[in-house]
Formats: sequence, structure tokens, C-alpha cells
Amino acid sequence: MKFHSKRASAFAALGLSAALVLSACGGSDSASGSSDDGAMTVTFLPKNLGNPYFDTSDKGGKTAVAEFKGKFQEVGPQEASPDAQVQYINTAAQQGIKALVVSANDPKAIGDALNQARDAGTKVVTFDSDTEPQYRDLFVNQASAEGIAKSQVDLISEQIGDAGEVAVLSASANATNQNAWIDLMKKDLEANHPNIKLVDVVYGDDDDQTSFDKTAALLQSHPNLKGIISPTTVGIAAAARYLSDSDKKGKVALTGLGTPNQMREYVKNGTVTSFALWNPEDLGYLAAYAAKALVDGDIKGEEGDSFEAGKLGEYKVGPDNTVLLGDPFVFDAKNIDQFKF
Amino acid sequence: MSDTSMRPDKTESHPELERLIEPSRQTPLRRGLMTVVRSREFSILLVLLAVIAAATVKTPSFLFSSNSWRDLLLTPSILLLLAVGQAVVIITRNVDLSVGSILGLTAYLTGRLFIDVPGLPIIAVMVAGILVGVLLGLVNGVLVAFGKVPALVITLGTLYIYRGIVLTWAGSNRINADDMPAGFLRLGTKSLLSVPVLTVIALVVLVIVGYYLHTARGGREMYAIGSDPDAAVLYGLNVRRRLLFAFALSGGLAGLAGVVYAARYGTVSSGAGTGIELQAVAAVVIGGVAIFGGSGTVWGAALGAILLVTINRALPILGIPDFWQRAVVGALIISAIVLDRVLAARQARKLTEARDES
Amino acid sequence: MTRTYSEHSQPLWRRLLLTRETAVIALLVAVVLYSLSNVPNFDGPLTLTFLLLDVAPILLIALPMTAVIVTGEIDLSVASVVGLSSVLVGVLHQDGMPIPLAAVVALLAGALCGAFNGFLVAYVGLPSLAVTIGTLALFRGLAVGLLGTTAVTDFTERWTDLAKQNIGDSGVPLIVLPILALVLVFVLLLQFSSFGRGVYDIGLNSEAAHFTGVNVERTKFLLFVLTGVVSAFAGIFYTLRFGSARGDNATGLELQVIAAVLLGGVSIFGGRGKIHGVIAGVLLIGVISSALRLEGVTVNVINIIIGLLLVASVMSTSLLSGIANATARWNRRAPSPQHASAVGAGTQGR
Repeated sequence: MKFHSKRASAFAALGLSAALVLSACGGSDSASGSSDDGAMTVTFLPKNLGNPYFDTSDKGGKTAVAEFKGKFQEVGPQEASPDAQVQYINTAAQQGIKALVVSANDPKAIGDALNQARDAGTKVVTFDSDTEPQYRDLFVNQASAEGIAKSQVDLISEQIGDAGEVAVLSASANATNQNAWIDLMKKDLEANHPNIKLVDVVYGDDDDQTSFDKTAALLQSHPNLKGIISPTTVGIAAAARYLSDSDKKGKVALTGLGTPNQMREYVKNGTVTSFALWNPEDLGYLAAYAAKALVDGDIKGEEGDSFEAGKLGEYKVGPDNTVLLGDPFVFDAKNIDQFKF
Repeated sequence: MSDTSMRPDKTESHPELERLIEPSRQTPLRRGLMTVVRSREFSILLVLLAVIAAATVKTPSFLFSSNSWRDLLLTPSILLLLAVGQAVVIITRNVDLSVGSILGLTAYLTGRLFIDVPGLPIIAVMVAGILVGVLLGLVNGVLVAFGKVPALVITLGTLYIYRGIVLTWAGSNRINADDMPAGFLRLGTKSLLSVPVLTVIALVVLVIVGYYLHTARGGREMYAIGSDPDAAVLYGLNVRRRLLFAFALSGGLAGLAGVVYAARYGTVSSGAGTGIELQAVAAVVIGGVAIFGGSGTVWGAALGAILLVTINRALPILGIPDFWQRAVVGALIISAIVLDRVLAARQARKLTEARDES
Repeated sequence: MTRTYSEHSQPLWRRLLLTRETAVIALLVAVVLYSLSNVPNFDGPLTLTFLLLDVAPILLIALPMTAVIVTGEIDLSVASVVGLSSVLVGVLHQDGMPIPLAAVVALLAGALCGAFNGFLVAYVGLPSLAVTIGTLALFRGLAVGLLGTTAVTDFTERWTDLAKQNIGDSGVPLIVLPILALVLVFVLLLQFSSFGRGVYDIGLNSEAAHFTGVNVERTKFLLFVLTGVVSAFAGIFYTLRFGSARGDNATGLELQVIAAVLLGGVSIFGGRGKIHGVIAGVLLIGVISSALRLEGVTVNVINIIIGLLLVASVMSTSLLSGIANATARWNRRAPSPQHASAVGAGTQGR
């Protein structure tokens, strides 16, 4: 029996697969940008990829980076979880990226990795969803949390006549921004809308299928539900899709934060009356310019600093090292065709 | 050659013994009834009805609103298709862990076909999805049948490979509902005589496969292969062909499930179907198919799938937060396996008793 | 695929060098060398640190998993035990228990989970694939049920730093020490103890092992308990490293562990496999992932590569034994003339 040729052949088989694998990946010896030479690399790390909201915001970032002649990179995990984000932050630190723009899945969990990156020379800008202030250099917020929460509550209350049961379909259970808004919504409801009862908060994890199924479950377990607030673009799109095919269409009001492109059909067919958002593209654009200002040393990220943000003009840094984009905007059937994102 | 006249009639007082050693003594009706009632499938049906009843008592709209009725029938259809295919594979003493990835791939393919080739008739897209599934399943089948490698390892590998292909192909793109023709999406909610179309498809598949396994020679041979693969080879059965068919069927049904997924949810991301393969195996095991092959039916697997999905919906109504759903499923699987073992041991003991008494 | 070991038919160097394990190690070395010269930033100081931190849980669990697979069983519930121990640490910490105590509780819980698996597989005699699919759901369900989908993330810096700290000034994280200790334990256990010989015997033929006096049930039971404890330990590490205790932590980890173990030369049929091959398998997957991430290639490609490697490695063994059989049959087909006449003479009298 030819033992040795069997083993040698096993060796050869594995070696062959290795050769195939290695030749397939990274045949280019580009070895570009081991550390930056001139061009500033800006990496965008959203909560997860495959999310139209972040596709738009990252597009804005890309435009900005191209304007100031930097290098743009977009990375992110499949699911919106903090431990998946940590690996990308680690990679950014390894690559010596100059600026990292991140929307955090958790206010604390990614903090250590961020600080490690900052120690390695990376400037960290959070946008959309913040971490605790000690982990980042600057936070670019779309609007004040109070303003967002109030707009949601106002919309639902006017759609259900200020009385009845409502529920919230959120993103992931730890998301900093949604949790901040939900807390403020609860306070607002208690203080100003005594006849509206918040019966449930469910989490769709920013996953379309989960949000779809959770909406169905909500309607099944709360037969008297009058309204659903979904402060996440993935959630409201999935909920709208479910509602528009069900016998609750028009009977259960749906509002929240959505993108015009995803919601257009449902506004037109009567499932949704109105919803709010800001322009995510502007948000990404502003975040990229803020990162550039930090890297160039124009600002330190402290309150009172001001910097130029391309076509958006000049922006000032507010308390807590935060920059505000503006106020939320309400979309409805009258104006929805004017927007293309 | 019956010698019942000589044997003391102990079997009179032991209908079970009678059923085991001389079934023809009982009337066909009684025998048929006893078989059905004692079957695993019946007990699962009972559990299913109990769960639905409990939930409906708590919240009548669980069953009695038109939406809920439609949802109850619609949501299990995907898992049902997967469970049927998985049952056939497990009966042959193999397992197919790649069905989740096949589902994701075909669901995404469905969306892409609608986008890239406008005007393609819906039926063509469905056929394409099934064919791709069959192809992917055949890859598994060839490697298992000809490579003599355990299916667990091969399908674990293809689970990774197919999922990687979807992820790379899709990148961060998603198929959105407005990318697909309205007619296709309507399939997701249209009903035929108050039974959703997608459920009808799943049930038709179930009946066809069940009939095949029960009556066709190929079907019976699957059981033989699962009971004792070596004996099957010695007996001259074409094991390779049956295995190829089993995996092709599992892949094809996963492909169909992918098309159904696209119709039902409208949005397909590259993560579609992740983890559903273990749910399919769980449904099959709960349904009474032995993991070592050779026994069980697709009816049981189908009921297991429906039970799993319905429990998920019923739990929050029964006051158990749906966080605990996975634990309940796990407990069900373990109980099912333990029950199988206990029953098998009891059966063996009874047969030995019967033999000793006669 | 049992191998009979008669007297060694080949010299020591051949036996040492031409094994499956050596092939994997050689592949690992090749990939590392390639990456050092071609992948940007791979030669940076952080690479090794992050690599080791990333593979630590997989490596830890792969050690007892090797033993389990060698006996011919499998344990799919390991990732769920990781999640459960993570949640326990989080919940207890939130209630004010100091971390070391919470860790001990988590380890005990892991042992209980392993004992549950072990009892059903070894003493009740249920198939481990089915049982551990059930416990995968059960333990994960308990983890998610205890915490919901929230996460406990306010761990004190002292402990999260400990998980990520390096040994002195080197780039090697502290976790390597317990890993090395565990590796030593398992190598001694499997290669140099009678318990370990029993493990391999069970994998080759459990009935024969039983007759040679190996307590098959107890061995399997202990291996499952060990797997549970090590998985719980990996869960504690995972929690502290990411600073986040979630019921969903480490979902899918079991497949990565099994893939790495099989890649490392352990046979799924049981009875064969060495720890050093498994370590190489784990590191191989880790290095490829790290290199791909630094190249900016989507990490999804790693899935395809792991799958292909897995299939190729199992197929190659099967393919080669097929070729060896065919060759043997071919060699037997034409007896030499002397042999033929001897046979002829021998069969005359029949």
C-alpha cells in the first residue's frame, strides 16, 4: 500500500487549494496606502450594510470626500450588532485610517475599540447614533433628540385623534438614538397626551423580515391598536408593506422616520398619512467635512469651534461636542414627489 | 398455517399485543383508526390544536380575524417546504444543512431576474428558482453519493459556500418590494377559497412527496437506505441514484421556498434564510423522523413545521414573551427525541414479551 | 476508515512530516508568509493582537470539540453555551455581583449544560446530532429569554481591559496564557493518558473499546461536561472583550469551530485527529480572515473559502482512499506466472 503517496497527495491537494485560494484573492500587489501618503482616507462605518438610510448617508459622505480629494471607504456588518462593528474598528486602527465616521450600535460596547483607534491616530466622528462622549471626538446629530421625539408624537396623535393605544416598532434594543427618542416620547406622552396609551415596544433589529413579522405579531396581539410609531426607516418600510396588504390598512395609523423613496407607494395608497425625516445625504456630507476639519487640525471638536462644510456652509460645534444638522422635516402626499432619496 | 386454535388467547385482553403479532385479527377500520390515533403525527396535531385553542381563548382575534387566519396558514409555508425536503434527506440517514443558503440565493436570484430581465413571466422566474435549487442540491448529492463523505460535513461546507456567494453577489444591495412586479407580490397574499396561494403550493408539494414516499418504489427504497445503508447496497438498490434524488429534491424545495420568500416578504437581503436550516431539522425531528433515518413521514415533518411557527406566534398571546420561544423549541426537540427513544424501547420490550408469550 | 497500525512501515521522519496535520501547518505558514509580504498593514503590530483576540474563543472551544468528535459524537450547542454564560455574567453583574463570582457561576452553568448533553448522549443513548440541535435551541433560548434582546454593556474598565490586555509590552494578548494552558492539558490528556487512549478507542470502535475496559459512557459524559465548561469560559472572555453581554452573542460560532476542527485533520468518523492540526486549522481561518479584511475584500469571501477548504479537505481524504483502493485492486488483478501455477496446484484437489 502506498501510504506515503497518499499522504503526499493529501499534502498536494491542500497545497493546490491554497495556491488557488491565494491566487484568487489579492493577486494585486497594490499594497496601497500602508499609511496615508497625501490622500486622507475616510472610512464610513454605519450600523449595518444593506440599509437604504445608510446607503444615502454614506453617499453624501462619498460626495464630500470626493470634494476635498480624500479617499472614501464604506465598511460594515451584516447585522446591526456592536461586536460585529468592533472588528471593523480594529481593522481601521490596523490600517492607520485617518478618520472614522461611525453610527454606533451601542453607546458603550464599541468604546474601547474606538479609543484604541484614537490612540493609533484616528479621529472618530459619530453620526446618527452616538456613543458616550469620552469615546469619540465629535458627534454629528441630525436634529435634537427632543425635536425628533416630539415630531413623532405629534404626528401620531393628530392621526389617531389624540386617544387610543399605540405601539413602537424600533430598531435594535440597544441602539442609542432610538432608545433616546423612545424615552423622550414616553415623557412627552405622559405629560401632554394622557389619552394615548403606549402598550408595547417591539424590536425589529433593523432587519426587514423581522420587522415585518413583528408588525404582524403586534396587530395580532393588540386588536385595539390605533397607531404604530416606527422611528427607523427599515421598520416603517416593513410595517407599511405589511399594513398595506392587511385589513387594518387605514384603520391603524403608521408614522415614524422613513425615506421618501421607500414610503412613496404607501403614502399614495393611503397606508401612511405623513412621516418625518431629515436629509441623510446631508448628514453624511456634514459628518465627512467635520472629520476633515478634525484631521486637518482646523478644529479640536470643542464647543464654540466652527468649520466649513462645503455647500452646507458654516457649522458651529455645540455643547457635548455635538453638531446639529437641522430640524426634522415632515413628508406627506403633497410634497413627497419632490424628494428623491 | 395459523395455529390460533392451539394458543391460549392472551391476545384477547391485550389489544396492543394483538396489534403487534396478529393485526389481521382486528377489523381494518379499527386497525386503521388505531394506527392513526397512535401515530406521532396525530399527537403533534393534537398539540398544535391545543396551542391554537389556548391562544384563541385568550385573544379570539388570533384565529378569527381574516388577517390572522391568513397569516396562520401563510407564515409556515416556507418552513413547510424546507421541512418536507429535509425529511426526505434525513430518512436516508443524511442531513442537508445548506438549505438556508440555497433559499437566500434563490430568493435573491428571483428578485434579480425581475429587475434585470423585465417582462419575464412569473412562472418562468419560479421555474428558474427551483432549477437553481435543484442544481445546488445536486452538488451536495454528488459529493455525498460519490465521495462517500458524511453529508454533515459536505452540507456544512456548501452552507458556507452558497452563503458566501449570495453575500458577494448582493453586496449591500437589497431587493426592494417595488423592484418586483405587483402580480408576483400579490401571490404572497392572494387566497384561493380563503387558503393563501402560497400555502396551497406548499400543501400540493407535501401531498406529492408524501405519496411518493409512501407508495412509489423509489420512496420505499429511501427508507431502506436509511435503515441500513450497507444492506441496501448488498440488496442491489441503486443507492447513488436515490441519494442524488433526495438531495436534488431538498435543494429544489429550498429553491421554491426562496421564491415563496420573495413573494411573501417582498424585500430580500443577502442574509435571507440564515439559520433556517436548523429550524427545518428541528421541525423534522419534532415531527417524528428519526435522525438516524429509516422512519418517519413528511406529514409529521409538515406538522412539526406548522407547530414551530405557530408556537412562535402564540407565545406572546399566552403571556410568554417571545424571547422564550427558542427555549420552548429546544425543549420540544429534546422531548421529541426522548419520547422517540422511550417509545422505541417500549415497542421492543412489548415485541419481546409477545414473542415470549406465544 | 479505520487504520490498522502494524509495525511502522516507514521511517520516523516520514511519519512525522507527511501527515494531514503537517499539510495544514504548511498551508498556514504559506498563507502567513504571503500575507506578510503582500497584504498592506499585515505586518503591523496590531495584527497579531487582533488576530489572537478574534480566534481565542474558537480555539478554546475547538480543543474539547476535538475530543468529542474523535469519539464519534458532535456538539452543536457550544455557541449557545457561550451565549448563556455571557448573559449570566451580564445579569449577575448588573445585580451587583462581582465579576469573578459571576464568572464562577457561569462556569458552573456551562458544566451543567454539558452534563445535560452528556447524560442524554452517553447514558440515555440518544444521537448527539439531534440532542445538541435541541440543546442549541434550548440554551440559546434560555440566554435570550433571560435578557431579552437588550445587552448589558456597563462593565468596569478593569475587567474589559484585562480581557484585551497584552502580556507586558508584546503584542500578545493575555488570553493566550489560559489558551496555552488548556492546550497543554488537552495534549496531555489525549496523547499521554489512558483516558485519551480510551477516547481514540471509542472513536475507532466503541463496542471493542467497551470490551477492553474503557468506560464508554463515563468518558463521553466527561467530554461533554468539559466542552460545556470551556464554552462557558470562552463566553466570559467574549463578553469582557466586547464589553457586551447579549443573548445573541456568538451565534454561528459552532459551525466555525467544527469547520476549523475538521480542517485540522480530525476525522468526522472518529478515531483520528491531533490537537496541533486543530490549532493550525483555527489559525489558518483566522489569518485568512484578517488578511482579507485588511485587503478591503468583503469578509463574505471568507465564507466561500472556508467552505471550499472544508469540502476539499474532506474530499481529498476520501478521494485518495478511493484511489488507493482502486490501485490495490488493479495490482491484484494479474497474478504472476509462479503464483498462478501455485494457485492452480492448490486448487487441484478441491
